[in-house]
Formats: sequence, structure tokens, C-alpha cells
Amino acid sequence: MLSRVAESIYWMSRQVERAENIARFLEVTHNWTLDQPEDEVDHWLPLIEVSGDKQTFTAKHQLANAETVTQFLAFDTSYVNSMISSLRQARANARSVRESLSSETFEQVNDFYRFVADAAKAQPLDSPNDFFDAVRRIALQWTGVLDSTMSHDIAWHFANTGRLIERADKTSRVLDVKYFHLLPRIDDVGTAIDDLQWSALLSAISGFEAYRREHHLVDIEKVVGFFLFNRSFPRSILYSIAGAAASLEQINDSSKSTRSRKAVQIMLPLQHRLQETSVKEVLAGGMHQFVDVLQTELNQIGEALNHDYFHSLGPQWPSA
Amino acid sequence: MVRHSRSQVGPDTVLNDYQTDGFFDELVDQDGKPRPDTEELVNLINRIPVSELVRRQDAIERSLYQMGITFTVYNDSEGTEKIMPFDIIPRIISSVLWHHVDAGLKQRIKALNCFLSDVYSEQRIVKEGIIPADLINTSSTFLQECIGLRPFNDVWCHITGTDLVRDDSGAFYVLEDNLRCPSGVSYVLQNRQVMKKNFPQIFQASQVRPVNDYPARLYQMLCEMAPPQIENPNVVVLTPGIYNSAYYEHSFLAQQMGVELVEGRDLVVEENTVFMKTTDGLQRVDMIYRRVDDTFLDPDVFRKDSVLGVNGLMKAYRSGNVSLANAPGTGIADDKVIYAYVPQMIRFYLNEEQILPNVPTHVCFREDDRRYVLEHMDELVIKAASESGGYGILIGPHATKEERQKFAAQINQNPRNFVAQPTLSLSRAPTMIGESLEGRHVDLRPYILCGRDDVWVLPGGLTRVALRKGSLVVNSSQGGGSKDTWVAAEPGQTVARV
Repeated sequence: MLSRVAESIYWMSRQVERAENIARFLEVTHNWTLDQPEDEVDHWLPLIEVSGDKQTFTAKHQLANAETVTQFLAFDTSYVNSMISSLRQARANARSVRESLSSETFEQVNDFYRFVADAAKAQPLDSPNDFFDAVRRIALQWTGVLDSTMSHDIAWHFANTGRLIERADKTSRVLDVKYFHLLPRIDDVGTAIDDLQWSALLSAISGFEAYRREHHLVDIEKVVGFFLFNRSFPRSILYSIAGAAASLEQINDSSKSTRSRKAVQIMLPLQHRLQETSVKEVLAGGMHQFVDVLQTELNQIGEALNHDYFHSLGPQWPSA
Repeated sequence: MVRHSRSQVGPDTVLNDYQTDGFFDELVDQDGKPRPDTEELVNLINRIPVSELVRRQDAIERSLYQMGITFTVYNDSEGTEKIMPFDIIPRIISSVLWHHVDAGLKQRIKALNCFLSDVYSEQRIVKEGIIPADLINTSSTFLQECIGLRPFNDVWCHITGTDLVRDDSGAFYVLEDNLRCPSGVSYVLQNRQVMKKNFPQIFQASQVRPVNDYPARLYQMLCEMAPPQIENPNVVVLTPGIYNSAYYEHSFLAQQMGVELVEGRDLVVEENTVFMKTTDGLQRVDMIYRRVDDTFLDPDVFRKDSVLGVNGLMKAYRSGNVSLANAPGTGIADDKVIYAYVPQMIRFYLNEEQILPNVPTHVCFREDDRRYVLEHMDELVIKAASESGGYGILIGPHATKEERQKFAAQINQNPRNFVAQPTLSLSRAPTMIGESLEGRHVDLRPYILCGRDDVWVLPGGLTRVALRKGSLVVNSSQGGGSKDTWVAAEPGQTVARV
């Protein structure tokens, strides 16, 4: 397929996934603060830290609270990684390659953007929970539409790679920051509050029920293990990386050329390492370090995709 | 107190109040009786309450918006796209009438292809004194770079979208030929789809000819017209990109044909062969359905500042390694002055009389014509030869004295660049305006595909409607809308199914 088209599809998919994750984080935090109004822990600032764009936020807002954080992460059109900006870019990407998408796929991303854009105009939200719940449902529809109306050909595999790399990145970020914020409160360990917080974290990746079925009780190591290494839950990091690796292999196998591909050469060892690592090892080496290394590798894979397939950075073109 | 109850806008009042105002109406005659092949539609309109028509119209416009069938207004950043307004009352063309239109269009496109082959080679038509050499040489759309080119099978205009109008007698006239990159066919296909969904029974009863095979016919034609030595040609659609106002259509057609939609930056020419840049390296391209204007195609040959084109494309084309549809250079036959000579071309090349007449055209280049035009500016429509899209037009009867004087000065300064035509009393069709039906002026753009062995006319076309009361300008850039166009089938012809 055309390099430009492959790149647009990859980014479209990443950007929708990004928007979905923002909605998930905001929904779970709104829920939490409604459930626990007496809780003194600041739950809003960590969301900004998850985003990795704290500087941009503090340049605009003095206080991190429900209103400012929601405005910034969901509706700020001048912030490039906000939900609305991500969807706008996703839609622009979709529009530039709509002949390579199923009609339903384009319509879904078009609807998704318009739904959020309409809400942005009608701020403040009457019920943030209803809104983010609706967004999450649209995002789930998007997943269904993408997977069941598109032929699972190379275009879909690029979309799937983008989606899963973004998902692995976001899952690692939310775990990183929440872990940092939740753990130091030694007094709370084993208390009802602690249980509730970890449960909320699991809900953010729709994993609460899946976790319960496997482990029944909340246990920090087990929750971390679920996030990082669960082999069957679709939002765990290992599952995401394995899926992205499988898609990259499909892309590689379909190629007639024998040029070596960097992306898959980073992805496969990463998958292998995740399969071989235990939670204890991660905690011993420090959760933050672990997540840092993972994110660096995900970035390298992004650059490698550019080198292997998109060629949007280099001026030269490999001859036929 | 008089209360306006809902029932006053009752089921049988919509067309009763409808006035043709002395214009030729597409749906009913001057006594309000249905024209041939329109009885079913008229019955339906009389049966459905207005409120229901309005509801369905809204639903259709919403679904067009949802499908993203939009044209760009200026840029995409704030979602500033518009849908072309859609009118729910279809325009019906009887089978007998269509027969005539179909024959006339085929004749015309044959003559125009002959003219293009001639004008870029021997110029017999000039040598025999039928068209003055000056007119050819002064046309901005005559491309020196195309002299000596021989497109495969002598087909220059693979895809044409001729604009037709009807006058107050109902007679059809050719208004413009649109031989370069005619757009709008995607609206024809989408309009049909939403109409079928919303009016299945009436659609079936009206025995309408299908339009949905257009993309397949287009693809087949493009494959036929690829360089003959290529066995399985790789066809692509070349678009200027998402900021082009017709981008939706480019993408729609590529999708419907299942071919790649490429931009200039996706293509590269090596050893006079065109390749596209894919995730798997370079892949050969054999036929380019290009929706980029001639002069932007290749910065090596035409405009040096073009970022939409491909360096070396014309050399590859000349070498016969790639086909372009339409061929570069067709604009000369689209010149509004050259248009006036199409009846002569039909006589000269085909030895036939025109089936579909031109609108009588005064060519200001000719002194007698110019004098007449300047004396009758308040009666004529005056057009700049090189403009399109409804720009550069003076509608004499509607213009102010100052506007006429401005145009008169321009005509005197550059008579070559102007033609004038009588202001036709264009036909009208019933159109939903608020909650009632009013007559609005319409035109018709049928689409013609010219393949290796035959010429095919899409049964139907884009009916554009000037939504502003009394307006004669139907262009979408100037507030025009569109209608589905139903060509009634003759016994034995294929009928569209719901």
C-alpha cells in the first residue's frame, strides 16, 4: 500500500486510541471523586502527570481540579494531545485516506469527533460521567467497526499496530503515576480505601471484572501483574505488545522485498522480555525505571516504522 | 380567533398551490397535469403530508452530513465543510426525451475528440478556414506541449460532464462541454442511494434506470485505455489532496473502483516510467485518472511552482508508458469561444447535423457579433472565455448599469475573451422551500465515458438547482443544490432495484 496511506492509518488509529484512554482516565477519576468526597488525596494532578504534558497545563491553569483538568485533557483545542485534538487529527487522517477505509470506519470517526466537538461547545458538562461513559461506548463501537468492517489486510495491521502501541504506552503511564501516588500511603495498605483505589485503576482499563475472576481479592502485586503481563486481557501491556508484534510480522511477511525491517527487530525482543519478566523483578528494579525503558522502546519502534514503511522523514527513496 | 391547524397543510394541497409561473416545468405541464413518466411521483407528492416530506428531507441531509459527503469551504481545521443542499423531489426525464439526449451527447463527444486530435496535429479545421487560427493560438488552454501527442485510440476526453439546459419550450441545449476534470458524479450516486432508501415504493413504481454501475464502467474504461502493451494495468486516481473542494469525490471514486488514491508526492518517475511509493517499495502505475489540472501536472513542463504534480510525468506520457485520463490539452475544446464552433466541427468531422443544439452564441472576436453584444447587453448573458464555475459571468437583465459598463470596457479591451448568449428562460422543477413546493431553475449534467470501442452515457446525471428564487446560477460554489435525476426506462431496459 501507499506509504502515505499506511502512515495516516497508523496515526488515525493511535489518535482514536489516545482519545479513548483520556476518556477512560477522566471517567474513572470523576467517578472516584463522586464516590469518595472526603478523600484528601489529589486525584487530578496525577492525570496531568500521566499525560506527560504537565508544563503545558501549568502554563494555562493554576489549579488542577475537576474542571480545569477536564477542560484541558478533553476539550482544549490548543493542546495537541487533548481528546478533541486527537480526534480532530484522527478524522483529518481518516479523511485523507477514506478510500482505503470501510465507509463505516470513516463514519464512525466522523461521528466520534462531532460528538466530542458538540460537547465541547456545550460546556460545562451536565454530567461528566454520562458524557465519558458515552465516549467510552463510542470508542468500543469504533473498535468493533474497525475490526469487523475492514478486511484484515495490511491497512488493518497498520491500524492495529498503532492502536496497540498507543494502548501499551497509556496503560504503562497510568500504572506508573498511580503506582507512585498510591503506594506511599503505607497507612492505607490493606484498607477499604486502598482496595477501592486499585479497583478504580482496574476499571480505567475495563479490567476490574476480569481481574476479579482471576484473583478475587485486590493485591498490589497481582494488580501490577495484571496490568503488565496478563496474557489474555486485551488492555494489558504484554497482550498489546504481542498483538502489535503479530501485526508487524504480518506486514513483514506480505512484503515482496527483502529489505530488513527495524521495527519488528525491536518489537519481538521486547515481547520476549515481557514474557520472561516477573512482577517481583519489576518492583525490585523500580516500577518507574521499568516503564521508562518500555516507553523509550515504544518510541524507537515508532521511528523504525517511519524508516521501514512511511519514509516521511528521509528525502531519499529506496529504488524498486 | 382563527387557528391554523396542522390539517390545513394537508396531504392534497402541496401541488395544488404549485405555480409554474409561465416557465417550462419539469414535472407538470401548464395545466398542472403530470408530464410523461411522472404520474407515480405526482401521486406520491399528493399523498404524503408536507410535514413528512420535510422530515425526510431533513433526515437525508443529516445522513449526507454523517456520510461526510461534503465539499470544503475553506479549510478543515474547524470542520468547515458543507453538504451540497439536497432537494427531495426528484427530476424525471422521460425515456423518449433521454433517447434524444443520449444520441446528441455521443455525437458531440465524437466530434470533440476528432477536433482535439486535429488541433494538436494537422489543424485541418484551421486550414480549411472553419476556425480562425488566431482563436486557437490566443487560447490560454491551447497547450504547445501537447502538439504531436497521440493518445491511445485518439481518445482525449475519456470522461466528460456536459452541462445541458432547457428553455421555455422544453428544448435541450448544450451550455458547456466540461472536458477537463468534470466533477459531481459522486453526488449522482449518493443522491440515488438516499432516495432509494427514503422512497423505495415510488422509486420501484417509476421504473428508473440504474446509475450505480458507473464506478465499474469507469474502471473498465480506464483499464481499456491504459497503454495497450500492459496486461493487468495498475489504475490510480490522482488528487490535488484533501483541501481540494472535490476531494470527497476523488476519494469516493477511488474507493468504489478499489484503486489507490494518490497525490503527486506519492508518485515518482524513473526511466520514463511512473511509480508509486508503497510500504513495499516502488510499484508501477499504468493509468492515471487525474483530477489535477493540466498545468499543474508536471513542473518540468508546465507550471514550475506546482507542488501537486510529478516531475517527468509528461515524458513518461509521451513515451507511451502511462495513460492520462483525460489527456492533457483538452481545455482548448472547452474554451467558451471554441464552443461556438462545435456545430461546425460536427459537420466537418462527422458530416452530420448537430442533434443537441448549442445555445446561440455571439463571439465578440467577430466584429458584427461584438457590435450586437455591446448594443444588447441588457438582454444577454456575457461570459469570459477562460472562466468556469459560474465566475466571470454577467447576466445582463439582472446587472446594474455600472456592471454592464465594466464588462463593456473589458470586451472592448480583449474581445477574444468574451462570448454572449441570449438569457434563456431556464426550465424549473418543484423544489422544497420551507414547507411548500416552489419552482426553481435547474440544469442537467450527464456524464459520458469514452472507451476503446464505444461511448457510454450514464442514464441520469446531476440536476443542479438554483435555490435562490429567480436565480439562474446553479453552481454549488454559488448556493446551488442538487436533485436525484430519474431517467425512465423503456420496455426491455434494465431498471434499478431498491
